[in-house]
Amino acid sequence: MLHIPCPYCGPRDETEFHYGSEAHVAYPENSSNLTDEEWAKFVFIRSNPKGWMAERWVHSAGCRRWFNVWRNTINHEFGPSYKPFTQQPKSPA
Amino acid sequence: MANMTRRRTVELPDHPDFLWVADQKPKKAYDVIIIGAGGHGLATAYYLAKNHGITNVAVIEKGWLAGGNMGRNTTIIRSNYLWDESAGIYDHSLKLWENLEEEVGYEMFFSQRGVMTLAHSVSDVRSKQRNFYANHVNAVDSVWLTPEEVKEIAPIVNISEDIRYPVMGATFQPRGGIAKHDWVAWGYAKAAADMGVDIIQNCEVTGFKIVDGKVQGVKTTQGDIAANKVGMVAAGHTSVLAGMAGFDVPLQSRPLQALVSELNEQVLDTVIMSGAVHVYVSQAHKGELVMGAGTDSYNSYAQRGGFHVIEHQLAAACELFPIFERAHLLRTWGGIVDIAPDASPIIGLTPVENLFINSGWGTGGFKATPGSGWVMAATIANGEPDALAKPYALDRFISGHLIDEHGAAGVAH
Repeated sequence: MLHIPCPYCGPRDETEFHYGSEAHVAYPENSSNLTDEEWAKFVFIRSNPKGWMAERWVHSAGCRRWFNVWRNTINHEFGPSYKPFTQQPKSPA
Repeated sequence: MANMTRRRTVELPDHPDFLWVADQKPKKAYDVIIIGAGGHGLATAYYLAKNHGITNVAVIEKGWLAGGNMGRNTTIIRSNYLWDESAGIYDHSLKLWENLEEEVGYEMFFSQRGVMTLAHSVSDVRSKQRNFYANHVNAVDSVWLTPEEVKEIAPIVNISEDIRYPVMGATFQPRGGIAKHDWVAWGYAKAAADMGVDIIQNCEVTGFKIVDGKVQGVKTTQGDIAANKVGMVAAGHTSVLAGMAGFDVPLQSRPLQALVSELNEQVLDTVIMSGAVHVYVSQAHKGELVMGAGTDSYNSYAQRGGFHVIEHQLAAACELFPIFERAHLLRTWGGIVDIAPDASPIIGLTPVENLFINSGWGTGGFKATPGSGWVMAATIANGEPDALAKPYALDRFISGHLIDEHGAAGVAH
């Protein structure tokens, strides 16, 4: 089981959390002018790196707040976690 | 001791001949290179040779043959999906299974013992019945069972109304079943190798040679290999390969875990799935209970997941099958599956000319092994999507013509 570092509560068991996939996916600007290809990219394409990934979790059985964290998809090692709308720490890679 | 050793040596049969050349080195160039010697990659090579006469083919594999998800899966075979497109490809696959052992000349323990999918709530019953009617429209065999009929087929199922998620009915596909996964891979590998296909293990792709938008070959840990056409059949690592070739795929790689129990007497001669409580189970010929559940929730390439996922599926299993409480866990494992947004595969052309993709089979690729190989071989040979594969092209995410099979994908993932 992952031990996930909630930036509000500290490390807690994975079963207290829900996953939110890739972090920092912004809603497209000028959305009324997007082509179908651009919409497809926003709606369906998410990065799927083998290595460090910035991702979102929600501490649903704890503080119920969303946050971001760096995690390595090769070995499940966690890097720094951080609150939304704060400066993203550099990738631990 | 010395005597015993000698006696055993006499009794044991000779070591079988290798089914394919174990330490095959790559030639400088091939007509077609298939990346990935799992079930789908080997089946693709087999049908390229068998159906299209293309035998100057290499299947290259970063690890060993069928060492990924093909070597460890729950082996369930069925075709009772919801949509027409799925009935097309999965039932074609099931028809191929029905003659496969005779065709390739290799035992695969293919057993059409039926696949049952339980419903546990009113909405579950409605959605399963929708599936059942959809199967009838597509001429896919499907039967609706009452709880009593479920009990008749599988006496070990608890159909009491007093359990948390009582059994309220089930769909049943009698033509569904299981096969011995590694023997399937070996059968395809042997038959392909006999027709001249090279199977090259320990050969990891590190990049593509692409000139003017056209693939010319692959770079590997055993050197550069030229090819007129390349097929990517790499399951959980498809995103990594697509990244090397310079395009995006709408896939997420997740761990999918499964487990086997120690050997037991035969107690279950069908396959039982339950999406609502997250467990599916069959009993292998030797006697192990083979069980699977949903994926772990996060992206990963680690080939392992959390034990709480195993506990969750065992809790459901013990409630549904009370006699399982005394079974012992033998082994668990995790594989990396590539999941598409609509829980359907992605097959066809890519933005790079002569580079083809077959991926996104997610949590249920084993059943599709023959059909997937069949349509991928045709797509590569003809340079355009096979009719059954056409709906599964990458551009469906632009057109919006998704094939949403989340409901029929066995358990929710």
